[in-house]
Amino acid sequence: MQTDIHKKKSNSPSGAGGYNNLTATLALAKASFRSIMRSPSAVVFTLAFPLIFILVFGFLGGGGTRIDVGVMPGSDVNNPVMGMLEKTGMIRLVKDKSKTEFDKLLEKGNVDAMIDVHRKVNSAAYSVNVVYTSASRDKGGILKSVLNNIFYDKTLKPTVAEIKESTITGREYKTIDFILPGQLGFSLLSTGVFGTAFVFLSLRQTLVIKRFFATPVRRSSIVIGEGIARIGFALIGALFIILIGHFFFRFTLVHGALTVVDMLILATLGVIVFMGFGFIISGIAKSESMVPPISNIITLPQFLLSGTFFSIEAFPGWLQPISRALPLTYLNDAMRKVAFEGLGLWDVKFQIMILLLWGIGIYAVAVKVFKWE
Amino acid sequence: METKKAIISVKDLVKKYDDFVAVQGLSFEVYEHEIFGLLGPNGAGKTTTLEIIETLRDKTSGEIIVDGFSVDKHPQDIKQIIGVQLQAAGYYPNLNLIELVELFAGLYGANIKPMEMLEKVNLQDKAKAKYKALSGGQKQRFSIATTLINQPKIIFLDEPTTGLDPQARRNLWDLITEIRNAGTTVVITTHYMDEAEQLCDRVAFVERGQIIALDTPDTLIDNLVNSGFERKKEVKKANLEDVFIHLTGQEWRE
Repeated sequence: MQTDIHKKKSNSPSGAGGYNNLTATLALAKASFRSIMRSPSAVVFTLAFPLIFILVFGFLGGGGTRIDVGVMPGSDVNNPVMGMLEKTGMIRLVKDKSKTEFDKLLEKGNVDAMIDVHRKVNSAAYSVNVVYTSASRDKGGILKSVLNNIFYDKTLKPTVAEIKESTITGREYKTIDFILPGQLGFSLLSTGVFGTAFVFLSLRQTLVIKRFFATPVRRSSIVIGEGIARIGFALIGALFIILIGHFFFRFTLVHGALTVVDMLILATLGVIVFMGFGFIISGIAKSESMVPPISNIITLPQFLLSGTFFSIEAFPGWLQPISRALPLTYLNDAMRKVAFEGLGLWDVKFQIMILLLWGIGIYAVAVKVFKWE
Repeated sequence: METKKAIISVKDLVKKYDDFVAVQGLSFEVYEHEIFGLLGPNGAGKTTTLEIIETLRDKTSGEIIVDGFSVDKHPQDIKQIIGVQLQAAGYYPNLNLIELVELFAGLYGANIKPMEMLEKVNLQDKAKAKYKALSGGQKQRFSIATTLINQPKIIFLDEPTTGLDPQARRNLWDLITEIRNAGTTVVITTHYMDEAEQLCDRVAFVERGQIIALDTPDTLIDNLVNSGFERKKEVKKANLEDVFIHLTGQEWRE
């Protein structure tokens, strides 16, 4: 009898306190990831939908945009900045008008921006001064991106010392640079919310979780394992969307790979926050058929109001505060600033902070309403 | 049954739900290396009792010791030495059998070869199949395979043969007997008295949360006969199930 017991213990690595929570967590993450990859709805919501929208808007906004930029009288004309602007083919430089005339045109939006380039005193470098108009925010946004690109262009960089911008009002960019971050954000939202809600509800209802509880696994391992799989899947989806956007639709990545990394970090934060909604829904919903309606209550308003398709500024005044209360708004905003304006993560700390606040609030509720059995 | 050493001991177990007493003062012992049957009608408290021993449910009062570990103080230790098959439990969606066994191996921290586990229950041909695609008997055999992953000392089977055809049922009895012969204690619940009579070394009858009889099937039958009981119909040398098995064949096809 005694030898029998000893043999069993040595065969089983789980014997007497040798249990490894990390092994269990990773086993769960692996299982969950395999399961997600084989679930058609997860793939459709995370990849197909956003890609279809990107495709549609990518082609819609592809050509025909022309930006009129007034050249301030007295501005230096024979400088590389002007040359580069004209070379883009998108920008028409308007010259030979007086300052007062330009001011009127700018006010009406007949020119989309004003540019003033001066050689800096005692220097070979140029100083670029840009004035946008709130009457033409979207085109101003495009110009801004073009200028940004030029500013970071290596051949030009030594000669342009600074770009001074004023009336930075609109963030309404057009085409892929606006659409892609929005779609990315929405993809993260639906993966986080729908995926998490469905998985935990069905694991609970089919007693899979109960069976897990009969093993030595910790509850935290179950949640973390699922989280790792979900985040991994969402990041692969995000990377896929970004790369397709970049290589097929010229989505702007100001600092290249570094921008992608920043975007993926933001994506991770976004999924974690949105998964909280999923935990809440899985706790509230009594059956699988209740998951889509409740999830839609959370995702649809954000889909429409968080600047996924339209800039928030285009909404009526009474609607804007609602938009500005939604977490996806801040994720989209941060994504666009990082990708399009080339800002670092520290520069979007305000957006990140709002997302974190949402995260704290959501998980505080999730801990209360989440059900294991 | 040379030495009857108790591996599970349940003393005065009580489980109350809001206004309903599911288990009222159960006491019994399960000996090492036996197949112990918990019998009784639906709602008698069998599953509740099992789940409390399996550390899945809290008890209201009473004392339970499993292989020297108390359910109150060392539930984690108990989980490591038991294997559990739940009534009507599902498995992680979209995974095949090999992947499910790998998952459980990770959850138990057990270092096993998934294919060998499937061979134990004769499911090696279904290694790439999804759990949902299995027949009733195959599902139950797979569930039993998952209970063996951590090389447990005790396995708990909650109505493993419910809904199976006679061949699959007999096949499962053989499997359960093999597991017991390999040194594992088996605790089983069932509604089928022929099954309990064939399979179990000892049975306890549970009714309204109480044990009303506990002994070997033989002794219980003898006691009844000695009390003067007689079947209304004369017993024939075979029953209808024997006819069924005889006509449709012993071997088991799925």
